[in-house]
Amino acid sequence: MNFPRRDFLKSGGALVIGFRLREALLGQSRLDTTARNAVPGPPDAKQIDTWLAIHADNTATIFIGFAELGQGNSTALLQVAAEELDLDMRQLKTVRLDTSITPNQGGTYSSASIQRGGPQVRTAAAEARFALLQLASKNLNTPIDRLTVAKGIVSVQDNPAQSVTYGALVGDKPFHLAFTGTAPVKTPAEFKVVGTRVPRNDIPDKVSGKYVYMQHMRVPGMLHGRVVRPRGQSAYGAGVKVLNVDEASIRNIPGARVIHRGNFTGVVAENEWDAIRAARQLKVTWDTTPTLPGSAALYESMRTAKTTDRVVLERGDIGVFGNAAHVVARTTYHGPYQAHAPFGPNCALADVKSDSALVMCSTQDVYGTRGKISTMLGIPLEKVRVQYYEGSGTYGHSCYDDVAQAAAILSQAAGKPVRLQFMRWDEHGWDNYGPAHVGEVRAAADAAGKIVAYEYHGWQHNWSLLETSEQLAFGKPAAEWPGAAAQGVSAANTGGIYATPNLRIVNHQVPGTAYLKGGWLRSPLDLSVSFASEQAIDELAYLLHMDPYEFRKRNITDERWMGVLDAAAKAANWTPRPAGPVQSGAKIVTGRGIGLGTHLVSYGGAVAEIEVNKETGRVVAKHLYGAIDAGLTVNPAFVENQIGGQLVQAASRMLKEEVTLSTTNVTSLDWNSYPILRFEECPEVTPVVVQRLDQRSSGAGEEVMAAAAGAIGNAFFDATGVRMREYPLTPARVLAALKQG
Amino acid sequence: MASELKVKVNERSWKVTAAPDTPLLYVLANELQLQGPRFGCGLAQCGSCSVLVNGVETRSCVTPVSAVQGKSVTTLEGLPALYAAQKKLPKAPDLHPVQQAMIDEQAVQCGYCFNGMIIKASELLSKVPQPDEAQIRTAMNGHLCRCGTYPRVIRAIQRASHSMMAEIVK
Repeated sequence: MNFPRRDFLKSGGALVIGFRLREALLGQSRLDTTARNAVPGPPDAKQIDTWLAIHADNTATIFIGFAELGQGNSTALLQVAAEELDLDMRQLKTVRLDTSITPNQGGTYSSASIQRGGPQVRTAAAEARFALLQLASKNLNTPIDRLTVAKGIVSVQDNPAQSVTYGALVGDKPFHLAFTGTAPVKTPAEFKVVGTRVPRNDIPDKVSGKYVYMQHMRVPGMLHGRVVRPRGQSAYGAGVKVLNVDEASIRNIPGARVIHRGNFTGVVAENEWDAIRAARQLKVTWDTTPTLPGSAALYESMRTAKTTDRVVLERGDIGVFGNAAHVVARTTYHGPYQAHAPFGPNCALADVKSDSALVMCSTQDVYGTRGKISTMLGIPLEKVRVQYYEGSGTYGHSCYDDVAQAAAILSQAAGKPVRLQFMRWDEHGWDNYGPAHVGEVRAAADAAGKIVAYEYHGWQHNWSLLETSEQLAFGKPAAEWPGAAAQGVSAANTGGIYATPNLRIVNHQVPGTAYLKGGWLRSPLDLSVSFASEQAIDELAYLLHMDPYEFRKRNITDERWMGVLDAAAKAANWTPRPAGPVQSGAKIVTGRGIGLGTHLVSYGGAVAEIEVNKETGRVVAKHLYGAIDAGLTVNPAFVENQIGGQLVQAASRMLKEEVTLSTTNVTSLDWNSYPILRFEECPEVTPVVVQRLDQRSSGAGEEVMAAAAGAIGNAFFDATGVRMREYPLTPARVLAALKQG
Repeated sequence: MASELKVKVNERSWKVTAAPDTPLLYVLANELQLQGPRFGCGLAQCGSCSVLVNGVETRSCVTPVSAVQGKSVTTLEGLPALYAAQKKLPKAPDLHPVQQAMIDEQAVQCGYCFNGMIIKASELLSKVPQPDEAQIRTAMNGHLCRCGTYPRVIRAIQRASHSMMAEIVK
């Protein structure tokens, strides 16, 4: 089919749907997704056919614009559709993301799938159901209000034998209907599928080995490619300067060929091992002029940089900090660069011809990547097609765009399709890292335990706009994402949680080109901010000899923050006692901490129970409890799995993960130099979903990590009586802090 | 230089042409087009490429193909048949009990590491049918997961252990 471009909106609302539908079905072609392939997307979001198709066998395909990343959204969005269509989950399927097939719902980030995607899928499905009921009404000669639907079979209420299936009504034909968004949707009281624990549809193939990951894709006639870069990036603005390439150095690998474009260097070969060996062996001389501050001077460099400052939120008068009757907590905190470090490095397959390009990759945003490829190659948007294949979990803007661009550059030069697999050091060394952060926080409370003033200043740089491959190949200047939002400090994670009359939150944007490439890493900046802010809140409780849970309760008026705080405390069986440690002389001491936080939307609360070995400095998270209120939770089981993953990943990031850099380049390039949490160090996790059927769905894929970060910091103090001002809590850092006291 | 080598993978013999120092992973992925073992680090640090060589978990990304000549390689795809042979079952089940347990526990997120998780867990249970939690953690410690599925993987291995014991009783 061709996508209907006619604008039905002007012909009115839902009342005309029936007429339009009947008209549309006369003599229409069968729905065929292969025909969609001929039309570059995005398909018209204002057409029902863009969102779903009903097949003759009484099943349906739902076209979704969000990427399955292992979080289960390809199942959860089908639950939403099943609910509104009155279809069984087994009658529904979806297709892979493709710029010629699936709608553009924006990227799969900011926990958007259910928050933004859910309502679109829901209303499209509801509208399709309404249209189907109108057809059934005519077919069965019965008014709609006397029809019922189950599993796609429409039957007459008093006479179930009189029935017709969706498949029989429209099977494989397009609706040709405008998506008006006016059809009534079900109320939570009517839900049968939404809110239930449907199992994930991707798991069976993932455990059997049948699931096709990006890394598995091969096409006939393709070459294997590898990029050749310095091991570890230098400053974003400096890029890479190639001084010399000695092609003779790979003469003993006849199958391999060197490809240059500007400062971009790569190799291609028919045999993958030849490509790997050639990339390793090729002698390239790079300019190694120091461009970075190095790990030791990083925070000082950021703190003294000339910044662009912006007041995020201000209320009351923070002049009250001068009141001597108050207790005040005031400290500077440091959070490191951290890597996405997908477990399988990114991979892409590109076939670039003179006037068109096909790129397969693991992007979180097929349409965004299409734009980047089109701009870079100078090939019109409609001639570039991007298809999504799930890779290893990405947790934000890892190297998926970079690898896609690099594959396209190699394919264009080689004149053949090229499959490019990044090596471990490419991914670890050339990531768009979650930016480092300096947080200066001060908070004051009165003797009654009320927070009377709160101030937060945050220093970090923005995210990089330019992919490395494009920067190196075409010499484009490094640029950063404009604005702040998730790139900067947000009120939702700082004093904004608490009902403080006097508050000031200021963002100090550091110019990013003198630092590492930045990008959104799961719960961007939030772990660093909560590590600082929630420790300051805890410190006030300590100074007032109050229980930190009780202290928070006294300062929260929002029932949803209160809900997650209570849920986490209850799960952990929290018994009130004043904050601050009962110090013991034991070698191994234990502590507990509580924290709040989120990522812009939703609400997260956490409790951490940890163990600190005072002789070795080793910190082990023993048990983490995490609660998320994400409004209406479509599938509580998926959110529980997400919470469990977030808690483990938060423990990993707080205890182990840090990108290290010299003055010339990043030096953490694999799992030894960038360690992550392992089985033997893994905490027990207790996830709690705070279900709120009456609230709009919001994200649940990253919203408890910040709370866990704060809770871990507070648990360390509870165990040792010492505040950690910088993470990760590595043995060396812990021993130094304990020594200092 | 490339030479002709014989490898036995999932109980079938294959003739492949490859340089003898080619890591087994690339032969399995490119010549045999198997999807179980997959590239993760190329440094034997993560376990995504794991296979069984004569029943022992081995990192195929650093094992030259020439080193497995005359040995029996089992990948994720061959686990159900291997299990049937180990347990003398009349016919291979659709899934190894560890695979089934990963589904039952909904342990997976992105799933990329689950090749190695399942291979290693199957090796563990073939040697230690009823491991306690500490034994599971120690055995699995060389396998990384970035999504944070460890707690569910531990539960799934315990579940698989129970179902395998039940099988014996039956």
